[in-house]
Amino acid sequence: MVNIYDILKERILVLDGAMGTMIQQYKFSESDYRGNRFKDHPSDVQGNNDLLSLTQPDAIKSIHEQYLEVGADIIETNTFSSTSIGMSDYGMESIVYDLNFESAKIAKEAALKYSKITPNKPRFVAGSIGPTNRTASMSPDVNDPGYRAVTFDNLVIAYSEQVNALIDGGVDILLIETIFDTLNAKAALFAVDSILEQRKISVPVMISGTITDASGRTLSGQTVEAFVASLSHIELLSIGFNCALGADLLLPYMKRLSDITDFYTSAHPNAGLPNAFGEYDQSPEEMKELILEYLELKCVNIIGGCCGTTPQHIKLIAQEVNNFKPRNLS
Amino acid sequence: MLKNKNLILSGLEPLVVSKESNFINIGERTNVTGSKKFLRLIEQDKFSEALEVARDQVEGGAQILDVNMDEGMIDGVQAMTKFLNLIASEPDISRIPIMIDSSKWEIIEAGLKTVQGKCVVNSISLKEGEDEFISHAKLIKRYGAAVIVMAFDEIGQADNLDRRIEICKRSYDILVNKVKFNPADIIFDPNIFPVATGMNEHRKNALDFFNATKWIRSNLPYASVSGGVSNVSFSFRGNNTVREAMHSAFLYHAINNGMNMGIVNPNMLEIYDEIPKDLLEYVEDVLLDRRDDATERLLDFAESVVGDKKDNKSSKNEWRNLELQERISYSLINGKDEFIEEDVEQARKTVDKPIMVIEGHLMKGMNIVGDLFGEGKMFLPQVVKSARVMKKAVAYLLPFIEESKTDDSSNSAGKILMATVKGDVHDIGKNIVSVVLACNNFEIIDLGVMVPPEKIIKTAIDENVDIIGLSGLITPSLDEMVFLAKELNRLKLNIPLLIGGATTSKAHTAVKIFPELSSPVVHVNDASRAVGVASSLINKDLKEDYWNGIKKDYTDFRDKFLNKKSEKRYIDYESAKKNRFKINFNEVKPFKPKELGVQIIDEISLETLIPYIDWSPFFNSWGLHGKYPDIFEYELTGKQAEDLFNDGQKMLKKILKEKSLKAKAIYGLFPANSVGDDIEVYNKDKSKTLAKFLTLRQQLKKKEGNPNIALSDFIAPKSSNIQDYIGCFCVSTGFGSDELSKKYEDEIDDYNSIMVKALADRLAEAYAEYLHQLIRTEKWGYSQNEKLDNNELIKELYHGIRPAPGYPACPDHLEKTTIWELLNVEKTIGVKLTESLAMWPASSVSGYYFASKEAKYFGLGNICQDQLEDYASRRNISVEKAQKWLSPNLN
Repeated sequence: MVNIYDILKERILVLDGAMGTMIQQYKFSESDYRGNRFKDHPSDVQGNNDLLSLTQPDAIKSIHEQYLEVGADIIETNTFSSTSIGMSDYGMESIVYDLNFESAKIAKEAALKYSKITPNKPRFVAGSIGPTNRTASMSPDVNDPGYRAVTFDNLVIAYSEQVNALIDGGVDILLIETIFDTLNAKAALFAVDSILEQRKISVPVMISGTITDASGRTLSGQTVEAFVASLSHIELLSIGFNCALGADLLLPYMKRLSDITDFYTSAHPNAGLPNAFGEYDQSPEEMKELILEYLELKCVNIIGGCCGTTPQHIKLIAQEVNNFKPRNLS
Repeated sequence: MLKNKNLILSGLEPLVVSKESNFINIGERTNVTGSKKFLRLIEQDKFSEALEVARDQVEGGAQILDVNMDEGMIDGVQAMTKFLNLIASEPDISRIPIMIDSSKWEIIEAGLKTVQGKCVVNSISLKEGEDEFISHAKLIKRYGAAVIVMAFDEIGQADNLDRRIEICKRSYDILVNKVKFNPADIIFDPNIFPVATGMNEHRKNALDFFNATKWIRSNLPYASVSGGVSNVSFSFRGNNTVREAMHSAFLYHAINNGMNMGIVNPNMLEIYDEIPKDLLEYVEDVLLDRRDDATERLLDFAESVVGDKKDNKSSKNEWRNLELQERISYSLINGKDEFIEEDVEQARKTVDKPIMVIEGHLMKGMNIVGDLFGEGKMFLPQVVKSARVMKKAVAYLLPFIEESKTDDSSNSAGKILMATVKGDVHDIGKNIVSVVLACNNFEIIDLGVMVPPEKIIKTAIDENVDIIGLSGLITPSLDEMVFLAKELNRLKLNIPLLIGGATTSKAHTAVKIFPELSSPVVHVNDASRAVGVASSLINKDLKEDYWNGIKKDYTDFRDKFLNKKSEKRYIDYESAKKNRFKINFNEVKPFKPKELGVQIIDEISLETLIPYIDWSPFFNSWGLHGKYPDIFEYELTGKQAEDLFNDGQKMLKKILKEKSLKAKAIYGLFPANSVGDDIEVYNKDKSKTLAKFLTLRQQLKKKEGNPNIALSDFIAPKSSNIQDYIGCFCVSTGFGSDELSKKYEDEIDDYNSIMVKALADRLAEAYAEYLHQLIRTEKWGYSQNEKLDNNELIKELYHGIRPAPGYPACPDHLEKTTIWELLNVEKTIGVKLTESLAMWPASSVSGYYFASKEAKYFGLGNICQDQLEDYASRRNISVEKAQKWLSPNLN
């Protein structure tokens, strides 16, 4: 396997775009989501996109291939919510291993296929590790600020299960993303670091936080610099930001981040801000124009898209990256 | 760049410690070991006020917030988690990084699991060996924190320059090479120790720190140096002028040598340039060890700063004109040995035995020293000097004591083993106690510091010691002490324990150590008390009563402490009811009273009651503590007790002769059954419910298998269809006591005025005891064969109880109104209830009778809101009113 660190010295890598946006186009019904395996599951599962890796694997594989086709170097597994915490909403904690393992396998097959087609451009699979829907350093109850809906230990257990299954399924990278509470991410890193030590392997780790709004802070209140300081204790492949903002609004924070870290940087912004209907309507061309600025400023090593981005967006971005030199590590 | 080998921490905002940074100030007030106020807030669960302490720190310029919850009485993991969680929701506090400060790994880990920013762990060291050091360091790295490393290894704490360098270098190499710790995330604490302690080996403490700091900063790349500055001036507790000057001078030199962060109380910091020139010179002489007499000179100066003006030249020897005792005290307090032998010799001539000079004159002086030290008005080196004078005086007296030894069976007051427990290196306090005890003729076996429990126990057995003294200054020592207590108990070694040292407390001793062993344990908070306590524990005449007194005190203290603990220790009323005390009434059927109904005893001769008097409380009411009749044998108070007793007897005779007090009683025995927590009382043929007694149920969370008791548990439930019975009564011997007492008062004879009341009280209790016996053996008759003497009665060696409203099993005074109505007390015998439900005459006793073999006295403890509301509706009063009456028992 080619070393991704070496490739990043040479060029900017392209991450894929949104998974959810693509799945929406299939308009799957409740019974499509259930498939055969879960036809008797006691609760509704429509909207549990991660489940589709088990019940509609061809669709998921097809989405991966569409991104690989337009030039994505790294694709993300369909596992953003595949932890026991995320799955507890559907009563599906017991299938967490299967979800991660199968999702990784599907993505890996797709990636291998394209690595063969373009041997000079090896493709990588990043196991997507979402933030869960609970925060370890904030109380969901305004009247009881000392309360926590989830503990560090619970998170470590949940993340460990996910990470082990992703590795078993063959991912090349672990991507802890959409971090709105740094303590959750620290728990994820704790789990990853422990597992890598136990299994005596090394898997590159990407970290990607979310700056919620114009305050320039994460949801849990940290500035860019504090965020980076809090998550630099193990060797990372990259650190960066994704989601919440479009490329234009995210840029200033990416610049700050790029100035203060010795790790590679990544960005996968949304296709602008959602409109009144919750839809993202920034066109591929508009987004490309904004991303060009990132490339000119040399503040990213890995660039891709988050909510609202499609293969068409990624295609235009992928066409541009080769015209630019990557950000250097000092 | 972030990773450019700067130490970078974060809260909501980053803190970059670079070469250009100024000294980083660590806020120290959110530390239970350093701030009494903060400790109190945490103990009382006042977390929002505790948060204000943190906020003050941040607003006051702290750049890192040190949080420490190491206190034996606090659940450290829980407190750390809760406090840090709360801090997380206060953005103006959580903007700065947290320093998680604990000597317990589980507390550190709890902190690391709670904070999103990059914190500092304070601290780890090689104390427990390389393996633990590496494993903790690895985890700290994994949690994403920086770390303070103490200069401490398997041998002990680094106390000189070479050891500091050796340990820091070794720690650094392990962290960087084996753990792959970022060197910029390593902060060394090369131990700031007190200077000017009066001990020679402490002279270089500050200088060694400066030089170690310099070495670390030039030889261990990227590492930082920190420390707790206030330690350096520990000898001058109470003298803020000197302390503040010492702190700033110390900081000045430490920073120049490369210390880049530290725990400093900004309120205890003089501005370096504003330190008076002379003071600065004295301070720096000490810090930099520039003169042999630096400590003496600073001490002298410190005294002048404190404002002890007496000691100027002209009046220098004026104190020689004082009385002998005052001169001896003066020498001891001021640490002057010039005249001590002369004065002691003079004192020796005034006493029968030379030992009495030690016990009298010298101890009086040392007690003052102890008090002054306790109040922070004397400093440690001064106390050491006092002890030196004491030793000299004792040495002078020893030959005389030896000579007169023929009339003393033994010249040793007792053998005491002294030790600082495992893991703790602090011994100044222990040494002082040893000196003071040795001066008082105790034989001391001092095992030194870091003494493992096996060694303490083995030595105690081998040397057959009378007492074991344990000392400790750091929090983990508390656990060691508990462990040792458990071991002593397991091995059935009945050796009393003395507990002392800065971290110890009466609370910890009473709550954590005392329950672990059957032999005495006493917390001794200062050296001057040690002699009295040790003597009392060894003296044949005293020890039992002394220990009983302490035992009672500790039991009460512990109960109070546990009762006031947070609500988690209580269970809801429904669960408490389910966990009732269960009696199998089918097995032992309730005994039907021989006579049912109400009876009045109008006249009884007081003589009948005299054998039933329990005299011990009589002495207690006069402030003499002990048990009758042993109390007459006490060396100190025996004579006084005897006089008092004789006077009491005289008065008693007079009362009997003049019949100035009248005794009356009323009681009733009724069919009854419990219904829930109520007891229904019926008339003879059960056609009518006469009254309903309301009982209260314990809600304290009990150990598995222990019930939550209410008095109603002792009565068969109505649903069982088993007929049970209850009694109630009121006795009084107070009629006439007010008048008699007033008569003496008018004659300005307070002594006999009080005596009358004290005797009337005793007689009332005696009547209650007498009547109870009468009920048991005749009127109810369930215990006809009972033959008990007064002593056995006092020890309650009979079946059945007579709990009284207003006392622990039934704190509800309102129950008295039910008894009054049921028995028609006021009309029949004339005892009234006041507005606040006190009985008049005061020398009266009322209560219930429960006959069950299994009935026992208990304390209700606190109850919760749910029971209060239920009670109010049963009583048919408002919750507010119920609250008012039961307030002492509300959680």
